[in-house]
Amino acid sequence: MKISKTWLPLVNPLSKDNPVIVQVLGICSALAVTAKLEPAVVMTISVTAVLAFANVIISLLRNTIPNSIRIIVQLVVVAALVVIVDQVLKAWNYEVSKALSVFIGLIITNCIIMGRLEAFAMSNRPWPAFLDGIGNALGYGIILIIVAFIRELLGSGSIFGYQVIPQWWYDAGYQNNGMMILPPMALITVACIIWVHRAKNKDLQEK
Amino acid sequence: MNKNSNVYTIIYSIVLVVVVGVVLSVVYQALRPKQLENIANDTKKQILASAHISPEKDETVASLFDSHIVSSYLVNFTGQRVDNDINPFDINMALEIKKPADQRLLPVYECSTNDGMKFIVPVYGAGLWGPIWGYVAFDSNGDTIYGAYFSHEGETPGLGAEIEKPAFQNQFEGKNIFGSDGQFTSIAVVKTGKEPQGKAWVHAVSGGTITSQGVQKMLYDSLEPYSAFFSNLADGQSIVQDEGNNNIAPEGFQGDEDKAKGLELQPQEL
Repeated sequence: MKISKTWLPLVNPLSKDNPVIVQVLGICSALAVTAKLEPAVVMTISVTAVLAFANVIISLLRNTIPNSIRIIVQLVVVAALVVIVDQVLKAWNYEVSKALSVFIGLIITNCIIMGRLEAFAMSNRPWPAFLDGIGNALGYGIILIIVAFIRELLGSGSIFGYQVIPQWWYDAGYQNNGMMILPPMALITVACIIWVHRAKNKDLQEK
Repeated sequence: MNKNSNVYTIIYSIVLVVVVGVVLSVVYQALRPKQLENIANDTKKQILASAHISPEKDETVASLFDSHIVSSYLVNFTGQRVDNDINPFDINMALEIKKPADQRLLPVYECSTNDGMKFIVPVYGAGLWGPIWGYVAFDSNGDTIYGAYFSHEGETPGLGAEIEKPAFQNQFEGKNIFGSDGQFTSIAVVKTGKEPQGKAWVHAVSGGTITSQGVQKMLYDSLEPYSAFFSNLADGQSIVQDEGNNNIAPEGFQGDEDKAKGLELQPQEL
């Protein structure tokens, strides 16, 4: 399938240029919010909003930003957007904002956001920058949701908090794997995804 | 214009910071009333949750709270009602818990339920990563737990955070905080195989050892100052009629003696 050049910034990060499993960015939050599916999904939505808007704003400002303080300017824009997302969640969806607590604030430190601002938004027009933001956030989100799905299923026996492992399995001696809930298993799960992904995309394998 | 000159850079950063500052304060001011309302409603919801009351689809938490909580007041270490203008709902537990036990203001919510009148008290303590808190509803004998609700700020999901799940909280129902001799024993939170003798216990969260110990300590520290109040309840005194009595303990009055003597203690002031 041939994809027109306009849409490349949106489509590439989903697989071939995925920020988590190819560029290995944003690993820390992949570890922190993926014990359960719900926070992973809200985190994806929040990162998408922040990254898309930050990319557009920086892209609009790109010709005015003094070179010596460009990282600081990017950081201020990202931090302001994250605070706004946090405040809006607190006002309109208090339950979810309680569930995510500190993780929303940590979006500021997500290296994908700074990475895309510096690498893409600083040198592209707003529309491609917007698509790039959505694409990278979704590429990040896909991995988050896959990891959270595996960890919640094996670690808690549930999906979105609903019990899916039937009671008779437990009666027959099945146990939830408590290790899946611990942070290291997030990295091992990500590693397995990278393994499968590289096996499918031979051009990504290092010689 | 030279974009790399110092003057440009300084002016640029000043303008940027002012613009961002204005935007953030407008957002904050605009959303603040809504946020405060959410926080108050959330607290009310937590208080009601301890008495197994949760809002139906069309009900608002505020109206449910007003219809079920028939009275709320503050008591002191000796179980006397404190007469002042402070709304129990506004008591900051984080500050209150730091005071010595005999100086604390202790909120009590009287909640009318289908099972009779329940007495709800707040508890507050520390988990592994941050504060944990909750509300415990007692039967009118001031001893048996009717229901418990716990929450936390940032305990590990799937481990310590399990204290907010019904599976953990439901264990507390029907447990007594006073031993058979009338001594305050609180509730132990213990691992399987380490169940203590002579006091009520619940099973800890597996993998959440520090949080579980935090719950145990929180229950002891927060409920212990209430023991005189609960003893009075058990003796059938109605605390509501104490109104007008001040909050000064009588000379030589010891809260500890009070609860140690338990049932044979006669009401002193009434």
